[in-house]
Amino acid sequence: MNSRKIPVLVALLALSVAAGHPVAQALTLKWVDVTLPDSDRDLPDGPGFAAVQGNCISCHTPGMILTQPAMPKAAWEAEVTKMRDVYKAPVSEKDVPDIVTYLMAVKGTR
Amino acid sequence: MRSSPSRSLTRRGLIHRGVAAGLAAYALPANVPAWAGSTVNLPLPGGPDERDITTDFPQKGTMILQRTRPPLLETPFEVFDQGVFTPNDRFYIRWHWAVIPTSVDVDKFRLNVYGSVNQPLSLSLTEIMALPQIEYAAVNQCSGNSRGLFQPRVAGGQWDNGAMGNARWTGVRLKDVLDRAGVKANSVQVRFNGMDEPVVPDAPDFMKSLSIDHARDSEVMLAYAMNGDQLPLLNGFPLRLIVPGWYATYWVKMLNDIEVLDSPDTNYWMETAYTIPDTPHADMKPGQANVPMVPINKMVPRSFITDLKAGTTIKAGASIVVRGIAFGGNTGVKQVDFSADGGKTWSLAHLGKDEGKYSFRQWQTNFVPAAKGALTLMVRCTNANGEAQPAEPNWNPAGFMRNVIESTVVTVA
Repeated sequence: MNSRKIPVLVALLALSVAAGHPVAQALTLKWVDVTLPDSDRDLPDGPGFAAVQGNCISCHTPGMILTQPAMPKAAWEAEVTKMRDVYKAPVSEKDVPDIVTYLMAVKGTR
Repeated sequence: MRSSPSRSLTRRGLIHRGVAAGLAAYALPANVPAWAGSTVNLPLPGGPDERDITTDFPQKGTMILQRTRPPLLETPFEVFDQGVFTPNDRFYIRWHWAVIPTSVDVDKFRLNVYGSVNQPLSLSLTEIMALPQIEYAAVNQCSGNSRGLFQPRVAGGQWDNGAMGNARWTGVRLKDVLDRAGVKANSVQVRFNGMDEPVVPDAPDFMKSLSIDHARDSEVMLAYAMNGDQLPLLNGFPLRLIVPGWYATYWVKMLNDIEVLDSPDTNYWMETAYTIPDTPHADMKPGQANVPMVPINKMVPRSFITDLKAGTTIKAGASIVVRGIAFGGNTGVKQVDFSADGGKTWSLAHLGKDEGKYSFRQWQTNFVPAAKGALTLMVRCTNANGEAQPAEPNWNPAGFMRNVIESTVVTVA
């Protein structure tokens, strides 16, 4: 299969050169080195604050929580469970209720 | 980020934009964007609606900050009024995991192709760029674009309509690379992995797969350029998979690993995440049980007004130009209809230049508002397959695939 394809490849390459594609001739990829910004946004205080601060914001910044809509307790429990069981956030069992309490305090539906 | 204009422009702005050519422009007060350091309110039902505007991200201009790490940056909607191609520095950003290489040495970079192939490959960028070049325009849209408009609201990135963009992509056919490796006859899928990694080592690495036939359709591209320039790092430098007509979840960024599979991919990001109800418009009822789910796939038609914002006051009795953008999803735009009476009557809009079936297409029309008061403007795209935007919004728990006919309420005075 490989050997059969090679002549086709060469023929296409020749066509491509003949057509004079401008981007390929002009474009040289350059080394990139960037710095990503940190967040200076803080979580508001509330019941369970320490559990959220200690467990949640190593994977994502507080903005992830603060932009969420208000949701019922079952929805927040499902989110915390997903972060722990699927995304492997190292959250201890004893911290789970505190995290849910905090999320309900700042983003819960009554 | 509650940053003041002076702070974000003098400290962070300069540090992070220093590499780019934008340094001089951003150092001059006359060129400081009026919105720098400010906020924007997105029309998300029930809120929170306020977002910071940021210029802090490398190789990026003014963006709406949805999340700092991993970055979620939304394109301010006025950018879509400026033309059908979204500038690289305004193109939205979406990452799943926070471990993103911030430095890429183009000489050392290798794309590895392995698995169910006759000849595993390790290709340099020079070798890739020596392959026959292809180029086309295509819309890249997040599966969850407009998620913040879902009702009831759902968890996830709370986007308004700006998690999309259109670019002219340049690169090589994935098929040519796969043919060079020699795909074995029993292969079923091709899996793509980028250089990003989870913060927690045993968390699921982000990988996506396409069927072997899709991967070899001669359209799927390995892109090294976007609108004629190398990709911004956060848009996937140095190489990004382009899957025209399909949602952006498949457009793997910083692509350096291609595995040809001889059995279906069961990884989390294919089997569980990014799945939609297997129903018309991916629609279901909140709480509905036993809904069959399938991986999200082809995009559907959408259209927007770009020159009139909701809440704008327009003059009664005077002709007004309305324009915007449309896209057909996985095929071209057949027609765009406009309504100035809340959907009771529709008229054909004039279509702008056709930049290819996967591109945004501009549309324009005009009308004379008569009666004073609130007026609901609507726009509806029908694609070349005859598929039109629906009148009712869809709902699913992940907030995917919104394509309802959008309404813009203005005031006639």
